[in-house]
Amino acid sequence: MARKVSQNRKALVTVAAWAVGIAIFFPILWTVILSFKSEGDAIKTPFEVLSANWTLESYSTVQERSNYLRHFWNSVVLSVGSTLLGLLIAVPAAWAMAFVPGKRTKDVLMWMLSTKMLPPVGVLVPLYLIFRDFGLLDTRIGLVIVLTLINLPIIVWMLYTYFREIPGEILEAARMDGATLRAEILYVLTPMAVPGIASTLLLNIILAWNEAFWTLNLTAAKAAPLTAFIASYSSPEGLFYAKLSAASTMAIAPILIMGWFSQKQLVRGLTFGAVK
Amino acid sequence: MNMTIRALMGACALGALASGALAETTITVATVNNGDMIRMQGLMDAFYAAHPDIKVEWVTLEENVLRQRVTQDVAAKGGQFDVMTIGTYEVPIWGSKGWLVGLNDLPAEYDVDDLLPAIRGGLTVDGTLYAAPFYGESSMVMYRKDLMEKAGLSMPDAPTWADIKAAAAAMTDKNAEIYGVCLRGKAGWGENMAFLTAMSNSYGAKWFDMDWKPQFDSDAWKATLTDYLDLMNSYGPPGASSNGFNENLALFQSGKCGMWIDATVAASFVTNPTDSTVADQVGFALAPDNGLGKRGNWLWAWSLGIPAGTQKADAAKTFVQWATSKEYLALVAEKEGWANVPPGTRTSLYENPEYQKVSFAKMTLESINSADPTHPTVDEVPYVGVQFVAIPEFQGLGTAVGQQFSAALAGQITAEQALENAQAFTTREMQKAGYIK
Repeated sequence: MARKVSQNRKALVTVAAWAVGIAIFFPILWTVILSFKSEGDAIKTPFEVLSANWTLESYSTVQERSNYLRHFWNSVVLSVGSTLLGLLIAVPAAWAMAFVPGKRTKDVLMWMLSTKMLPPVGVLVPLYLIFRDFGLLDTRIGLVIVLTLINLPIIVWMLYTYFREIPGEILEAARMDGATLRAEILYVLTPMAVPGIASTLLLNIILAWNEAFWTLNLTAAKAAPLTAFIASYSSPEGLFYAKLSAASTMAIAPILIMGWFSQKQLVRGLTFGAVK
Repeated sequence: MNMTIRALMGACALGALASGALAETTITVATVNNGDMIRMQGLMDAFYAAHPDIKVEWVTLEENVLRQRVTQDVAAKGGQFDVMTIGTYEVPIWGSKGWLVGLNDLPAEYDVDDLLPAIRGGLTVDGTLYAAPFYGESSMVMYRKDLMEKAGLSMPDAPTWADIKAAAAAMTDKNAEIYGVCLRGKAGWGENMAFLTAMSNSYGAKWFDMDWKPQFDSDAWKATLTDYLDLMNSYGPPGASSNGFNENLALFQSGKCGMWIDATVAASFVTNPTDSTVADQVGFALAPDNGLGKRGNWLWAWSLGIPAGTQKADAAKTFVQWATSKEYLALVAEKEGWANVPPGTRTSLYENPEYQKVSFAKMTLESINSADPTHPTVDEVPYVGVQFVAIPEFQGLGTAVGQQFSAALAGQITAEQALENAQAFTTREMQKAGYIK
């Protein structure tokens, strides 16, 4: 029998949830508000900002000055490309670790995660030199490789967690019916893990879209994605908050919209296997 | 058959000729986001019309990111950039390391002798010019004429620090949120230390003596920091330890500062009526001195340099020459007006009667001319640079010392403690770097 929840408690939880939600969303909301103000108004106190006139001035300046579409397309190629490449490597890897664990599987998993603990700047110079020697500086292919490698531990870990929830007996049954390894992964495992794979895919697209360290350091003009587009609006001498906010809003809008439409899938995937 | 082969060969030859004519060199220019640079990006049609074979790709970056990126690229010969926007800090260091292409072979019509001597001197190493100045700046006093008048004072063209203190005291009205003086307080070698190092020069202080021994334990540094803290604590805005150029610009434009001592380039912002509420009330004066022969103003020039590793040095040189030429200044004047011409690079600009009508032109030129990067201090020193010391270690040193001085402004430590910490830290770092034993 379901536990009876008092009306007061329900209200309290609702208010708390909204408060947390608003606190998390507030910086984005403020960025959007500032993007519709003039530079002079954007640096005023919050109340003055809200009462100031709304304008599209910053958006038109940004449109005029930068090639948004080129940066946008680079972001799409980098995030989707690195995520798909990552999945291609991670699905078989996670399958092996989840269903045919060896003596050192746990260690391998921990080792993979440990690579995320190294500050990226620690490997900047070696990687920069490797990129220079292989002619990969300012190329999309170079960045797809780097983004795949930095997100691979997360992809493998997420998939491993989902695969572990799938009973091994089902795969065993497929094998007894004569399924090859390829057929087992493609036609039995993958369809069952669709929510998990989908949420991994979405989360990694978001992570790759927002990645700013490598995308800023290894690109110049040709492969620069939207992170570089945002960074170009910070100015040492002259007001820039409104223009920077407009550029940020334009950069995060596509991923926000994607997140909005796929939120059901995301939540389902993230809570997959959490409660039985 | 013969005819066919001949026709084919002819077609190939034509094709080769055509592709040769269309061959386009694309150069990548790394730059900062400031008004003059952005304006140039909008005026590129003129360059393309004169040089249809060169295409320019822009990479605009935040100043600190730009500095890190171009340093990495030039040191590792990454070849990502063909032209780099660098300052008077980088040029002497990179030039002496052979990282930049020398520009002594610029054609006669470029008129290199027209460059302002102070700026040219800051970009020259052992007789070789290593970067062409795009715009130059010094620092000066910007003050509110109406508030000075109300206080019954007048600002001399060349004030002393005592004049500044008296004016700040007279103009401050904290109840009306008017603060006598706004100065940089945010920690950083290019933030508060640009101002304080320049100020210390006018007090007879210096970073190092001729043996590279740090000098923060000197009376001159003590007087500099004590007077700065006194000015800011008594007449400065609240929270000044986090104020940099943009924060003070916002305060001054909204009428909250009586005086602001900062980059000459700010003059065009504070006199622009669309952004500034005090546009018609701004007066200018030279940065203050203490009668010791040096003023508290700095010297900086955003300049265009060509990294030694580039494969496209000729196209890059063509672009640098165009962007820093007299013709470019005339082009900006024609399209955007004289007040928007990149200042501080050429003598001819300041001799132009049209430009002399711009309210801040005279004071900008005098400020630049009164700074000497090769002899920045009252006493002799082993380094060049007015508001910095042109050694690779300075970025780290300047920021660490700046943090101490910013903490003193925030009231977290005393002036004495800040100077002691600065002395200890700088001594340790200079020993590590091998300058002193």
